[in-house]
Amino acid sequence: MEVRKDGGGESLPPSTRLHLAAAFFLPPRFTPARVRYDRRYRKLDQYRFIVWFLFLPLLVYLLFVVSPFLQAFFYSMTDWTGYSANYNFTGFENYERLWNDDKFWDAMVNSLVLVVLAPVITLALGLFIAFMLNAGGRRGRSQAVSGVFGTGFYKIVYFFPQVLSIAVVAVIWSRIYSPRSGILNEGLGSVGLDSWRQEDWLGGDLARWCVLAVLCWSFVGFYVVLFSAAMGSIPREIYEASLLDGAGRSVTFFRITFPLTWDTIRTGWIYMGIQALDSFALVNVMIPEHGMDVVPSYLFEKAFRDGQAGYATAIGVALFLVTLAFAVLMMLVGRRERIEF
Amino acid sequence: MSEQRPTAAGERSGGVLNVFAHSFLVLWVIMAAGPLIWVVISSLRPHSELISDPFGLPTSLEWDNFSNAWTNADIGRYTVNSLIILAGSLTGTMLLGSMAAYVLARFTFRGNRFIHLLFVGGMMFPVFLALVPLFFILNNFGLLNTRQGLIIVYIAYSLPFTTFFLVSFFRTLPTAVQEAATLDGASHSRTFFQIMMPMAQPGLISIGIFNFLGQWNQFVLPRVLNVGDPDDAVLPQGLAALMVQQGYEGDWGALYAGVTMAMLPVLVVYVTFQRQVQSGLTAGAVR
Repeated sequence: MEVRKDGGGESLPPSTRLHLAAAFFLPPRFTPARVRYDRRYRKLDQYRFIVWFLFLPLLVYLLFVVSPFLQAFFYSMTDWTGYSANYNFTGFENYERLWNDDKFWDAMVNSLVLVVLAPVITLALGLFIAFMLNAGGRRGRSQAVSGVFGTGFYKIVYFFPQVLSIAVVAVIWSRIYSPRSGILNEGLGSVGLDSWRQEDWLGGDLARWCVLAVLCWSFVGFYVVLFSAAMGSIPREIYEASLLDGAGRSVTFFRITFPLTWDTIRTGWIYMGIQALDSFALVNVMIPEHGMDVVPSYLFEKAFRDGQAGYATAIGVALFLVTLAFAVLMMLVGRRERIEF
Repeated sequence: MSEQRPTAAGERSGGVLNVFAHSFLVLWVIMAAGPLIWVVISSLRPHSELISDPFGLPTSLEWDNFSNAWTNADIGRYTVNSLIILAGSLTGTMLLGSMAAYVLARFTFRGNRFIHLLFVGGMMFPVFLALVPLFFILNNFGLLNTRQGLIIVYIAYSLPFTTFFLVSFFRTLPTAVQEAATLDGASHSRTFFQIMMPMAQPGLISIGIFNFLGQWNQFVLPRVLNVGDPDDAVLPQGLAALMVQQGYEGDWGALYAGVTMAMLPVLVVYVTFQRQVQSGLTAGAVR
């Protein structure tokens, strides 16, 4: 389809051409009658609408999303500090430095721990709870599977952490982990596990496990709801058939529920991995300064505390590559035949 | 198990599993809601009691905590800041997002697929990659540390998913209505605002809730792009700052009161509209 806002034919008189061009920038109401009854008006009207409606969204998007992404790749090859407008092109020097930067690798290991473990733990808990909610009930006379009593209530409460700001979650948990007035140490003390009490949960080596726990805590409810919806769409007849064949609950789960919700599990897995790679807010709020880092928080420090904007964007590129590798890996590993039902 | 062979073993294993299932479900209720309830209870206790016995119930109700948090710690001001920014950014996101999505879903033109892919591709990139250049772009436009700047950035970073979601939604709507409107002489923009927008309402509500919570809870963008005057902080920033501040001043009661005030309205809205909120938020994972 050809864009013919100017009319298209060579034979058009200049005045008509001008009219058509002008109409392109006017709202329909002010379109001159001459143009309105031109046979090209329909096309013009359509393209005018398309351009006007796409203009603003595209402008905002290109200016504030696409352009910074592209610039990032360029700045990652400069020694830009961010304080002045001057910088030199340094090629792959930042990446070499990154390769030999122990603090970066510490942060990367922490991020990788999160991206590997957080989805496994969260999705396992989510699946287990969702299955209990949907099929944990007593098997009745007329139903092959039934939900437990109070499913609606459970789902409402489990979803609580998900609607809270991640900053609120981080503040609450850093109080829970607080060594003196926090309820974790207090709780361990009251059940007789005094030896498990820690002087400093968030400052030392335990920090990454503390962050992992909070990350999982805040997302389990989300996956319970997501998987419940997926399980709810599995036809009852399939469960009934398996029951007639003598399948127990665990067989039902592994042979029916799990394969039939696999698509949802896989997308959920990728989504959770991306959340885990993004866990900046938790670390930024909970962890004291010079404590544990994840890749985003290390980037943040380099860019906005140490004035190494160029190096920070190189870290950003590394983070992007890890995200991409994770997503591609999950797509390849998780691919199996789609089951229609 | 009663439908098949009703053996005693089968009955019992079902029963044991039931008890196990229920206790686990109840345990997770305590896990999920416990910390929140603890914060609400603690917000009513004076600081000295909080230090000596973090688990206790309030002996007398310390409403002072709330007035301290609201005025001294500026939670009130942060809430207003958040509301102002959200009013602009949510309106803008919904308007721009649905405009772009409608055009992409309903018109064929050269570059349609490319623009669609451009929007969808934006979901693949971690926001941290863009953060440093974005900071300086805003600085060059004079938008750094301003409300307008934050509003535009919120809109820009909500557009990929909003557009992606609404394109697939607009595609499901019947074309006949649109054609009827055109035959009746409605202009394209009139068809959009008076016919298609009302028809797309369920989709708009889902994505609206998604964006509402996402932008209300946004932490990274204001943490980087809104660091000028502490008075301009949005609510999540303000809470993080309050925690640091109360660490020095030693008034945990005010912190818990601040968290409670940030938390309870959202929870009340959520419980009221829980079905819509749950479907709106889980839409985010079904990419």
